[in-house]
Amino acid sequence: MSAAPARAASSGLLTGSGASERRLPWYHLLVTALASIALAAVVLVLLDSFSIGALVVLGYVLHLVVGYSYARAREGRRWAADRLVTLLVLGAFAVAMIPLVSLLWEVVARGLDKLLNPYPGYFFTHDMAGVVGGMASGGISHAIVGTLLVTLGASIISVPIGLLTSIFLVEYATSGPLRVLGRGITFLVDVMTGIPSIVAGLFGLALFITLTGDPGIRIGLMGSVALSVLMIPTVVRSSEEMLRLVPMELREAAFGLGVPKWLTIVKVVLRTSIAGLTTGVTLAVARVIGETAPLLLTVGALPLMNSHLFDGRMQTLPTFINSQYRSGNAVCNSETVTNPITQMQYACSTTINYDRAWAAALTLILIVMILNIAARLVSRFFAPKLGR
Amino acid sequence: MSSSAADPAPSPSQTRAPGAPDAADAPPSGPTGPSRSEDPRRGRAKRRPGDMIFTGLSVGSGLIIFLTLALVAIFLTVRSLPAIRDSREFGGGADAVSLWEFTAPLVFGTVFAAVLALVMAVPVSIGIALFISHFAPRRLATPLGFMIDLLAAVPSVVFGLWGGVWLVPKMQGLYELLNTYLGWIPLFAGPEPEPPMRNLATASIVLAVMILPIITAVSREVFLQTPRLQEEAALALGATRWETIRTVVLPFGRAGVVSASMLGLGRALGETMAVLMVLSPGSSFSLHILEVGQHNTIAANIASQSAEATPDVMARLIFTGLVLFIITFIINALARAIVARSARA
Repeated sequence: MSAAPARAASSGLLTGSGASERRLPWYHLLVTALASIALAAVVLVLLDSFSIGALVVLGYVLHLVVGYSYARAREGRRWAADRLVTLLVLGAFAVAMIPLVSLLWEVVARGLDKLLNPYPGYFFTHDMAGVVGGMASGGISHAIVGTLLVTLGASIISVPIGLLTSIFLVEYATSGPLRVLGRGITFLVDVMTGIPSIVAGLFGLALFITLTGDPGIRIGLMGSVALSVLMIPTVVRSSEEMLRLVPMELREAAFGLGVPKWLTIVKVVLRTSIAGLTTGVTLAVARVIGETAPLLLTVGALPLMNSHLFDGRMQTLPTFINSQYRSGNAVCNSETVTNPITQMQYACSTTINYDRAWAAALTLILIVMILNIAARLVSRFFAPKLGR
Repeated sequence: MSSSAADPAPSPSQTRAPGAPDAADAPPSGPTGPSRSEDPRRGRAKRRPGDMIFTGLSVGSGLIIFLTLALVAIFLTVRSLPAIRDSREFGGGADAVSLWEFTAPLVFGTVFAAVLALVMAVPVSIGIALFISHFAPRRLATPLGFMIDLLAAVPSVVFGLWGGVWLVPKMQGLYELLNTYLGWIPLFAGPEPEPPMRNLATASIVLAVMILPIITAVSREVFLQTPRLQEEAALALGATRWETIRTVVLPFGRAGVVSASMLGLGRALGETMAVLMVLSPGSSFSLHILEVGQHNTIAANIASQSAEATPDVMARLIFTGLVLFIITFIINALARAIVARSARA
């Protein structure tokens, strides 16, 4: 089919002599690895800058050289190259694991304490009313409510539009002018997928400023509109894929019984693919629930509970994390701080803003992970049995 | 290359990553049948009110997508008109704010950061994709892929927090080494970097981590679709695993990797929080990525300035947003064109 593999193999046969083609067992790799790490340790001790991280990095780099040279001498050029690439590819995976592991570890290690103290649930049931300076109190109840409401609003806008659009693409855009329209919409959905989230936020802002004439307007609904710009394409793509999986025979059977087309879609097509659609929508929600930039522009920030989606600023988890991080270290002039509203005394902590940011980050990650796992469970347990 | 790209994939991917641009040009493999319900032999099918309402609804929501995208473009343009009108370049006085001086450094910073992130992320992503598709034991492939997908599920604000608190102090030693020993390279040149390392290099690293999962997911899909027979032919001819990958898998997946990288680039261009929370902003065309306070990106600038923006500043910010929208639009269109061309070839 293609000449390339043959060329590679023949070049290998020409250059590799029989004796050096022998493959060595895997434990030779272990020996070279240990040798490289020992070498790295010696070098680092001599340079007087020994640390585990430096040892691993230098040991890996040295092993690229040592392992390659060893394999080159014992196994020949081609297998040495193979070993080198295996090492490089393994290294790439390990490099990607560093941020993942360190991020999850940092979030749990730094955020868990605040979720459990002063008692589990305190952080979830209090808002930031009257919390000033380094006061070691306050929670994220208002931010959780805000996030849930704004995301719910976005879902209420996006799910019907996204679902109906995918129905149009799969069931109606099959011939004639509708097919052309369908191609255009598919193209635009692709374009929408690429819209930067901050641009979606600007759109929500510009839209509402134009509608109301008030340049300072910030309400939860604006955030929902901005998020739905990001959510609609995701819903369309996943639902479209699910609807296309529904076998044609099911539709034909319904048509054969004289069922109207719209009823076929509602009762047969949607019912068959309901698990997949739920999974897709859940994943779309998980995707937009952590969006920050559009909410910064449209929803603003507020230290109090505001559960009114159509009126006034709201706090959301992502913007809460951002604002706490921005606040930086707090100043503590005395041991305790008094809440000006409740007159309660609280201990003062300089790192309290970061603590709250990490705890809120842990909460947000937990919400996203729960949504992801729920989506997977739904698709596993409620998937239609198409094979029978 | 061209012959292998034309081969039909052995199994249609059912787990296409969201945002993969390959769906649009695939011929609709699904139902072609619904038109059969309007059987010509029976004359015109009876028009039922339910059908008409449902057709109207679904066509209507398709049109809403047209409308939304048009509205995004229109509102950004209309709202940025005052900034264009009052600028030094168009109609404003000689002392008016120059749109070019305001926008150009931001565009430079945005593209620079995104390209740096891409340069770091693409080799690693290809490595991971190859590791999962061709090197890892078959049983481990799915969990390993899941771990990379986990990285995609982390919200950007958490990446920003992690980058700003954990990563920034960790990078100091490396940057000092780079500046001291590789200072002759323009990228690492400049004065001795001063902590905290809130420079473009750190921001690009966080961006690279964030675009890694999407590039990996798309590349992995493409690599897995390599015709099995070609791979086995190469192995049967005595090729090592690496030779098989170099001669069969990589040529087959080249277009897919390019479009995956473009998708990653589009995402890196528009990413806000990681840059906002890591970078200490500046406004210059400096190439020195280790220097603090030299760069900023469009998205981060909008996010940081918009809270207390006067209407004319807001108009300028919206203008930069329009520029960002156009840039990402072009990048995504290019990615799609590459995929379409390779599908036709």
